[in-house]
Amino acid sequence: MTKTGCAARDISMTVNGEPKTVHAYPMERLLDVLRGPLGLTGTKEGCGEGECGACAVIMDGALVDSCLVPVLQAQGAEVVTIEGLGQDRGASALQEAFLEYGGAQCGICTPGMILAAVYLLRENPQPTLDDIRQGLAGNLCRCTGYVQIFEAVAAAARRGARR
Amino acid sequence: MKADRIVGLSAPRKEGRDKVTGRARYIDDISMPGMLYGATVRSRFPRGKIKKIAFGPSINWNDFVVVTAADIPGKNYIALIENDQPCLADGIVNHPEEPLLLLAHPDRHALSKAVEAVSVEYESLPPVFTIEESERQTEIIWGTDNTFKTFLIQKGDVDSVWDKADYIVEGEYTTGAQEQLYIETNGMIAAFDADLGVTVWGSLQCPYYVHKALMALFNLPETRIRVVQTETGGAFGGKEEYPSMIAAHAALLAMKARRPVKIIYDRAEDMVATTKRHPSRTRHRTAVRKDGKILGGEIDLTIDGGAYLTLSPVVLSRATIHAGGPYEWPAICVRAKAVATSAPPHGAFRGFGAPQSLFAMERHMERIARTVGVSSVEIRRINFLKQGETTITEQTIHEPIDLPSMLDRALEHSSYQLKRQRFSRENLSGATKKGIGIASFLHGAGFTGSGERYLSSVVGLEGTSEGRVRVLVSSTEFGQGTNTVLCQIASEALRLPYEDIEIAQPDTSGVPNSGPTVASRTAMVVGKLVASAARGLEQTLTASGMLEANYTPEQFRAACRKYVAAHGQFRSLAQYDPPANIFWDDKNYRGEAYAAFAWAVYVAEVTVDLATYSVSVDDFVALQEIGRVMNPVLARGQIIGGVAQGIGFALYEKVEWRNGRMQNGQMTNYIMPTSADVPVIRVFFEELGNTHGAYGAKGIGELPMDGPAPAIINAVEDALGIPMDSIPLLPEDIFDAMASAAKSANETPFPAGVR
Repeated sequence: MTKTGCAARDISMTVNGEPKTVHAYPMERLLDVLRGPLGLTGTKEGCGEGECGACAVIMDGALVDSCLVPVLQAQGAEVVTIEGLGQDRGASALQEAFLEYGGAQCGICTPGMILAAVYLLRENPQPTLDDIRQGLAGNLCRCTGYVQIFEAVAAAARRGARR
Repeated sequence: MKADRIVGLSAPRKEGRDKVTGRARYIDDISMPGMLYGATVRSRFPRGKIKKIAFGPSINWNDFVVVTAADIPGKNYIALIENDQPCLADGIVNHPEEPLLLLAHPDRHALSKAVEAVSVEYESLPPVFTIEESERQTEIIWGTDNTFKTFLIQKGDVDSVWDKADYIVEGEYTTGAQEQLYIETNGMIAAFDADLGVTVWGSLQCPYYVHKALMALFNLPETRIRVVQTETGGAFGGKEEYPSMIAAHAALLAMKARRPVKIIYDRAEDMVATTKRHPSRTRHRTAVRKDGKILGGEIDLTIDGGAYLTLSPVVLSRATIHAGGPYEWPAICVRAKAVATSAPPHGAFRGFGAPQSLFAMERHMERIARTVGVSSVEIRRINFLKQGETTITEQTIHEPIDLPSMLDRALEHSSYQLKRQRFSRENLSGATKKGIGIASFLHGAGFTGSGERYLSSVVGLEGTSEGRVRVLVSSTEFGQGTNTVLCQIASEALRLPYEDIEIAQPDTSGVPNSGPTVASRTAMVVGKLVASAARGLEQTLTASGMLEANYTPEQFRAACRKYVAAHGQFRSLAQYDPPANIFWDDKNYRGEAYAAFAWAVYVAEVTVDLATYSVSVDDFVALQEIGRVMNPVLARGQIIGGVAQGIGFALYEKVEWRNGRMQNGQMTNYIMPTSADVPVIRVFFEELGNTHGAYGAKGIGELPMDGPAPAIINAVEDALGIPMDSIPLLPEDIFDAMASAAKSANETPFPAGVR
């Protein structure tokens, strides 16, 4: 992580529907800003190089690896993290399906995986198994072997979940 | 959830809601006031004497806390089996990435430059990089003979079998290192207080392993070391022993800094510096009758332990006992050894030696079948262990296991015979070739031999002031379902709703030592103790007159509240009681190696692309007998996840070594299976029960790691007609094998129809 090139500055964005301004270096990773000053530790770091998808968030409607996004790029953007989906009993249908079908084991890939699934179902509300496979191929899971994640996403799709 | 029948149902994962909402707190999600960040300066050479350590002028070192071996108050080793691994190298380094000294600073980002600025001069010593070099003993790098441990199993009269044999079949099989690749990298936070001593929080499997290591390192009594497991993002054995090292480092920095210190490994450091699966080489020589019956044989098994002994003897033990597979050997001699090399120590990884020796056994069965001229199915059927027969350690199989019918069932689910016929037709032309392969195997549950007796685990249950019941164990959750299954057992034993049961965070200051969370022992061994502690809790209430024998949950809650109000604390402990008539001879490696075995038959279907030489797994049937399925969703998840790791072990995951150091320590170039690489793995269970386990449970976690690699490679052989005896099997290996097969047949390596 370098802090060279530019001084820290105020950067504003909407996070989970709330306006936020952070004082950060422009090249800081969005991941670090979310986890640090914004306290949203649901977004995880798995590899720091955009391979594993544990840090995936939705930014202006696109699924991005927040470890690859300089925070300056998020200026003015709408960002959705796992905390922006339902909490507790108000969890979203996708989250409930992950619980029911065994889509989460150790849980570390789960926030990124669920956001990838949210994005997938928005783009393609009735995905085939192959669509799900391809849609989640940027998110690595070492525990589940993916099959129960496929089942969770398919079940949520059947229930008409978009989030 | 209905209270009376909860074992066997898919109770929801206890901590599942925290995980799907992002609320679960892993170690890197936790921060403490005044906390510093720590980093490790590591050796860049495989082996040498440290001549000089210099701190570069580009850094203001006054801003850093620096810890060297001289700062260690107690013993400079990570206590495990032989205590041969230093916490910080002192005078000599024995492998690349060995920890030399530690740095801490308030700014996480300031550390990497400081680590770079430390330079070390070595007087280099000759390193040893392979099993063969280590065996030659030209350079002695450990002990007197580079050998950490040997085992010898002898059953029957092997010398007499060769004359009776119609065929003598020989083969050599090798497996590579494999990275556990949990998605949460290793991490710890430590705090030091002159009165309280050392406290560490972190991602780990075995709180009491860390506890033991810190006691020796700090020369402190057990009451002044506290180890707390935080939510752990995958482990697979990779967080069994190495977390003791990281906890030690964080704690040394915290003691010197007098502030909490957090160490989080980035992915590269985690991959290059921490443990991996032991590479192995296994040689088989087998005497076989013309109908395929094995008369006897010799197995020479060697694993590469890396630079320090760590857990290698125990890994070797499991590899040795599993080396004969699920077959009846009238006579056998297994010679096994673990040798030293100048690589970071290899360690625990799901399966713990068994995937290595079973890969060899199951590949060798194919070689036997082809040599003798019987099918892959018949060679197994004729040699399967049956009830009343004995394993290679002469353990009698008492349970009514019926492997031939399991094999039939797996073949039926996979349409094995139809597919073999179809593939042999279709493979005559075309740019792809398909194959189907079988692996049958077993996996022993719990610690080997006398292990559980030595551990003598203790479990507690606590009735709370709210009338709830809390499970107190050091057994940890890292995705496999410990929390859920142990709560299910307590729920069923006490006839209370699952929601009334909670489980304490593993914390050595508050939970008894229920042993390490390894060896597929938790549901079986710890689960049984939970059920036993539950009976104690119930008896205390009924004996005190506060509870009738036929209670309702509401009556239990009321009695529990009343008892806590009257006595302050309400706990029941249960300790492991070794079953009678279990005999194990540690010296001769003979007897009841495990309280129970799980059994399995896996069938893999593959396509080999003759343009890219890549293999895809198209279908996978995993049939196993695991005693009792405690929670179907979790059990199925264990099997599928293990099979996926097995696919990686077989086809993708290759550690590129150079001078003892992993060169591809990134997820970009060390390739694990993605969602696009796994088929829909089809899981089938059989349940025979197990008298040694809670509600019939056996081990399940490691079993599915054992079978996929041989099933897949057997399928590749079926597709290509060329034996492949080394994994990982990458496209370039298939190209080479096809080219040399074509060369020896004097043909072009490119089959008709491709070009």
